[in-house]
Amino acid sequence: MSLELVRVDERLLHGQVLVAWGARLGIRDYIVVDDRLAESRWEQELYGSALAGDAAAEFLTVEAAVRRLPELDVAGRPAALLTRDTGTMRRLAERGALGGRRVTIGGLHDAPGRRKVLDYVYLGDEERRDLAEIARHGARVSARDLPTAPEVGLEQLLST
Amino acid sequence: MSEVRGVVVAHGDLAAALVATVERISGLGGALRAVSNEGLGPDRLREVLREAMGSDPSILFVDLASGSCGIAGLGLSQERGEVVVLTGTNVPMLLDFVFHRDLPLEELTARLRDKARAGIRAHGCAPDPPEGS
Repeated sequence: MSLELVRVDERLLHGQVLVAWGARLGIRDYIVVDDRLAESRWEQELYGSALAGDAAAEFLTVEAAVRRLPELDVAGRPAALLTRDTGTMRRLAERGALGGRRVTIGGLHDAPGRRKVLDYVYLGDEERRDLAEIARHGARVSARDLPTAPEVGLEQLLST
Repeated sequence: MSEVRGVVVAHGDLAAALVATVERISGLGGALRAVSNEGLGPDRLREVLREAMGSDPSILFVDLASGSCGIAGLGLSQERGEVVVLTGTNVPMLLDFVFHRDLPLEELTARLRDKARAGIRAHGCAPDPPEGS
């Protein structure tokens, strides 16, 4: 497995990820990092029902993901790592798991306490701090909902 | 017994277009509600769908099983009884729904699934295989 996509998207496994990104990058393995989901069998089945063909999903805690990431980084089936919030991605970054990687913000929608940055990205103050911290730990942070869409850099995300 | 509530939930403008099409063909308005997932996170989408269904027996007509609409629907079907999720929504399925909302939920669901399948035909190529093959 080789990690081709690292994405924050509160919808996790859904059409844009599975169809647009999955098809373009040939992704067959999805690593979902979320402490709560990792303990919830029925929610795993729910998200797993979105998968087609030989695609597979693993649901890991942050701690388990930190241990597994070195294995994921060898050549093999292309994989994606997904979190549904910036806080989880920040914890991965703080554990040294994201240095040198590109982290893409793919979907954080309107909710109380968030302000609009892009049509598909709304950020609260804590989330802005998370993104800055992820970058400080060596990841390149940007936003892009679809592979064909323009990439929006961290500076623009934090200045809006 | 109350009629079954029908909610079409789909990407972009599709749900509104499907509902408008069915109303135009059937002449029956108000039997279906349209919900778009556009700009909605998972929690908000579930809230909107809960409001659209109320407490009635409901069918959620979903465009794509492997997407946020399908996942939201399946999550709601776990929350309470009498919520059915039908995926691969098409016009024949919805047209039949608006004329048969008084049927029991289980019977109606089986009927709509059959209608949707029967609405898919291929012309100009090899004949359809026989039923059950």
